[in-house]
Amino acid sequence: MGPSTTFPYLTTLVLLPAGAAVACAVMPKSMSERAQRRAVLTVGTLAMVAALALAVTIAVEFRVGDGGYQMQSVHQWMPQLGVSWHLGVDGISLFLLLMAAVLFPLALLGATVRQKSRSYVVWLLVLEAACMGSFVSLDLILFFVFFELTLVPVYFIIVGWGSGRRAYAAVKFFLYTFLGSAFLLVGIVAVAVIHDQQTGHLTFDLVALQSTHLGLASQILLFLAFTAAFAVKAPIFPFHTWSPDAYSSSPTGGAVILAAVMAKLGTYGVIRFDLTLFPRAVVDLAPLLLTLGVIGILYGAIVACAQRDLKRLVAYSSLAHIGFIVLGTFALSTEAVTGGVLQMVNHGLVTAALFLLIGWIWDRRRTWRTDELRGLQRPAPILAAMFTVVMMASIGLPGLNGFVGEFLVLAGTFLTHRWWAVVATTGVVLAAVYLLWAFQRVFHHAPGPEDEHTRDLGWRETAVMVPLIGLIIFLGVYPKPVLDRITPTVTALVHHVDAATGRVQPPVANGGVAAAASTAAAGGTRASTAASALTAACRHHGQSAWVDGRHVVCHAAVTTSTRRLP
Amino acid sequence: MNLLPSLAGMAAAATSHLAVPHIDYLSILPIMIMLGGAVAIIGWSSLLRRPLDVTWVTSLTVLTATAALTMSLFQWYSVLHSGAHTHIDGAVVMDGFSVLVSVLVTCAAFVSAVVGDSWLRREDVRGPEYHVLMLVSASGAMTMGVANDLIVVFLGLEILSIALYVLAAFNPRRAESGEAALKYFVLGAFSSAVFVYGIALVYGATGTSNLPQIADYLARNVALHDGLLLAGLALLLVGFGFKIAAVPFHLWTPDVYQGSPTPVTGFMAAVAKAGGFAALLRVFVSSFHLLRADWQPPVWVLACITLVLGAVVALLQQDIKRMLAYSSINHAGFILLGLQAATARGVEASLYYLFVYSFMVIGTFGVISLVAGRGDRDHGLETYRGLASRQPWLAGALVVLLLAQAGVPFTTGFVAKLEVVTAAVHGGSTALAVVAMVTAAIAAFFYLRVGVLMYTPAPAGAGEDGTVGEALGDAAPSPDDPVLVGVGEAGAITVGTLSSAPAVPAGAAFGIALCVLVTVVFGIWPQPLTAFAHHATLVLAP
Repeated sequence: MGPSTTFPYLTTLVLLPAGAAVACAVMPKSMSERAQRRAVLTVGTLAMVAALALAVTIAVEFRVGDGGYQMQSVHQWMPQLGVSWHLGVDGISLFLLLMAAVLFPLALLGATVRQKSRSYVVWLLVLEAACMGSFVSLDLILFFVFFELTLVPVYFIIVGWGSGRRAYAAVKFFLYTFLGSAFLLVGIVAVAVIHDQQTGHLTFDLVALQSTHLGLASQILLFLAFTAAFAVKAPIFPFHTWSPDAYSSSPTGGAVILAAVMAKLGTYGVIRFDLTLFPRAVVDLAPLLLTLGVIGILYGAIVACAQRDLKRLVAYSSLAHIGFIVLGTFALSTEAVTGGVLQMVNHGLVTAALFLLIGWIWDRRRTWRTDELRGLQRPAPILAAMFTVVMMASIGLPGLNGFVGEFLVLAGTFLTHRWWAVVATTGVVLAAVYLLWAFQRVFHHAPGPEDEHTRDLGWRETAVMVPLIGLIIFLGVYPKPVLDRITPTVTALVHHVDAATGRVQPPVANGGVAAAASTAAAGGTRASTAASALTAACRHHGQSAWVDGRHVVCHAAVTTSTRRLP
Repeated sequence: MNLLPSLAGMAAAATSHLAVPHIDYLSILPIMIMLGGAVAIIGWSSLLRRPLDVTWVTSLTVLTATAALTMSLFQWYSVLHSGAHTHIDGAVVMDGFSVLVSVLVTCAAFVSAVVGDSWLRREDVRGPEYHVLMLVSASGAMTMGVANDLIVVFLGLEILSIALYVLAAFNPRRAESGEAALKYFVLGAFSSAVFVYGIALVYGATGTSNLPQIADYLARNVALHDGLLLAGLALLLVGFGFKIAAVPFHLWTPDVYQGSPTPVTGFMAAVAKAGGFAALLRVFVSSFHLLRADWQPPVWVLACITLVLGAVVALLQQDIKRMLAYSSINHAGFILLGLQAATARGVEASLYYLFVYSFMVIGTFGVISLVAGRGDRDHGLETYRGLASRQPWLAGALVVLLLAQAGVPFTTGFVAKLEVVTAAVHGGSTALAVVAMVTAAIAAFFYLRVGVLMYTPAPAGAGEDGTVGEALGDAAPSPDDPVLVGVGEAGAITVGTLSSAPAVPAGAAFGIALCVLVTVVFGIWPQPLTAFAHHATLVLAP
């Protein structure tokens, strides 16, 4: 914990969209419909762009190499209950914050609604405030409040501007998440009460609760209670059944935010709270969650193969990608968790782009059915090109962001849980299958009579897409600045888990051989990537002897760790 | 020589006919103001030739409630500075707890008065009876809050209930109203009898009906054969169970809630629960605290089935008042969590819950009363279809209040649920807390169902159904005129667009807005209310 900055960046980041929402809500009614629409869109866009600027400032001010919470702001909120307004950002939340800040304005501009623009913008702004709040809350109740608050705007967005069975989908979404949160709330309170009994001080502050001594049994129960909520929100198989309905019934903007930003609340919650508070339970139950993650990858991919509806296809592919994040998180090696965090950002960008693109296809053709669309490539080449890039990123083509995340996740998982990684790799292949199939059906062949006059992307839509594509390529080519900031936090977190459980994992997985040889700097990610490949090689070669001293270290490390691992 | 003083004392007792205890009027001043206001209003109106105008009655009631509220705040300062005291020979007590109950009840009476005002105008009911009975009933609830003796609890219970029986029957044009009152009366009288029997048994076992003395007795004596005491305790619990509508003593609730005039339902849900719970908490947590090992398990079971049944059965309802009746049963279960914890934190949590629930429920029933239209008939869920496009503000208010009841963050409902769950987990009843939160999720479904209906567009032509036509009276709507201003029979000014229902009358609008404001403002900034509840301790703190 460093010196606190004078300017309350995080509080401003949360309150800015909320303030803009209020401003839009109280805008005088006397204006004409069009003037009002323009005004709220302007206010909304300005607020979101300002939030983006603020998020970028936070990223610039962020101290690289510091794994702790930065820019904390602490204020009392409900002192009787020990609830405080405690915000802070670290390497894990920083990029989620940035991702959300990037995606909200794009969702607003990329998918405008025709009627009731004012309430739509208001709900979107409220949602942004709630998402930002969730990512930076370091007080459990404060997190829960924001986490729950996200439900309300999404619910209204689906009911008000959705399509299909929107009321059903909205209620299903609300209830599933609400039910999960019921366990989360009791879990949070139980942790605080146990802490109270141990220290005589009722607080919901994560930093304070970290020192609570919890037995293994209570850790497991509490872990299950917390994870129930996160698994529903993410969604992790088998708690995903609300998501295809909700994604396909919500308007494009809603789907972008739901899949790209809100799904991350679940996976973020797991990393932030489960790993911090219940390390022993996490280690004990990791095989279970890993299995669910792998099932999610395969199931999502297989079901996506069978979809004839583009939006549902993206929804199921999203389930598969969340599986990778879960895999990375519970593999519990620095690389895998780093990969998981990076994959959260990647998945956000890619899914948002996919939902926007198919939203535009809907605007033009009023259908998502792959058998009704044909040969869109000819009338709409820019659309097709953009779709290709995004699709390739989703598949995990090297050079695009999806590859970096998935590679780190799989490599890191291979170190600690080999067979899960092996099975999960087939998911990458399946992703190529369903996405290429869909792409062929929709974009290839000669266009049908209805497809011939499909409009290509306009300048505005292209302008929305360009930043996303740019980020996708940037993160794929040069992820170092991102990884440099994520890794120290993740390393600290994995060490925390190790220290709490007495678990010893391959030193290579904890920052690389170089780190073991005490030569590595904090940001030795490239070294660690190389080391993981090295380790894999070591394992493939079994007990074969290596001459070089460095490789012998590696060999010894792997054998010791395999012996000590349960 | 020791005999002499006692002989003198006996002589003094024999000569003075009635030993009048010293009365500290501050302790009962809010109650006296409420009763005095009621008497003044009815006295004044009986002197007039024609019925007193509703505006006057409402203003006087609001004035009375405000005066009582102010006096309660004076009491608050007294308690803060000189501590809690018992008064009038130990019959009543003035502590933080009683003050909070007084504040709660006076606030509830205040809001109910303004909401009820609009109902009276619309239904064209003349005379001051509604407000007078409400004041009397409220004074009963306040008596239960200050009661320090089982007899005084009973007194308060009866004052509260008898006025409510009449209020339930207050709509002479609806048969259901009479039916509701009869049901309420029969079951209420029955429960009162059970309650009195409980008092008798407790008196028989402990030799006193005074609450601190009971606690004192239990602290000094270990009853080897405590069957009589436990039976008395059980009967008291049953008697309270009827008042707070805990399962399985809830059977009157749906019928009575449905049949009573809607503002009365809101008042009943808030004040009868507040009074019942106030006395229940005081009797059980502070007097029978030592017997908690005996009463905690049954209360655990009671809370559990109350929570589950309230939430599950509400799912099946097609009538919004019945639905909210079951939802109020669910809320009673939540408040029981605080009792079950049997700790100071639990009492604080229950009180806070009661306080914020009062505002939510009165506001909710206020909206329902408006939507029901003239005659107070339309309570089917289908009535709410498309309400958001007809009356956006009303629909918005209802959504906020329902979400608050569901416990969504940044409303007081969330803080209340957090408080009781914390109390329950603190008291070691984590399982019960889980049950409670799961039922909250179930309950969210039926609140949302109303929300969805309101934001689902109504089928064509539904906007011009009976309610609009009736409310606009004879003014034939001309298709070109976007806004109509019609003066209804009762004098209420109705403003509405062609496709919308009549505008919200001022009284109800004020009341509902107040409820929504309290719910949202103290949801975002809970500090003042939680601090208030935190300091509202019982004189005999557990």
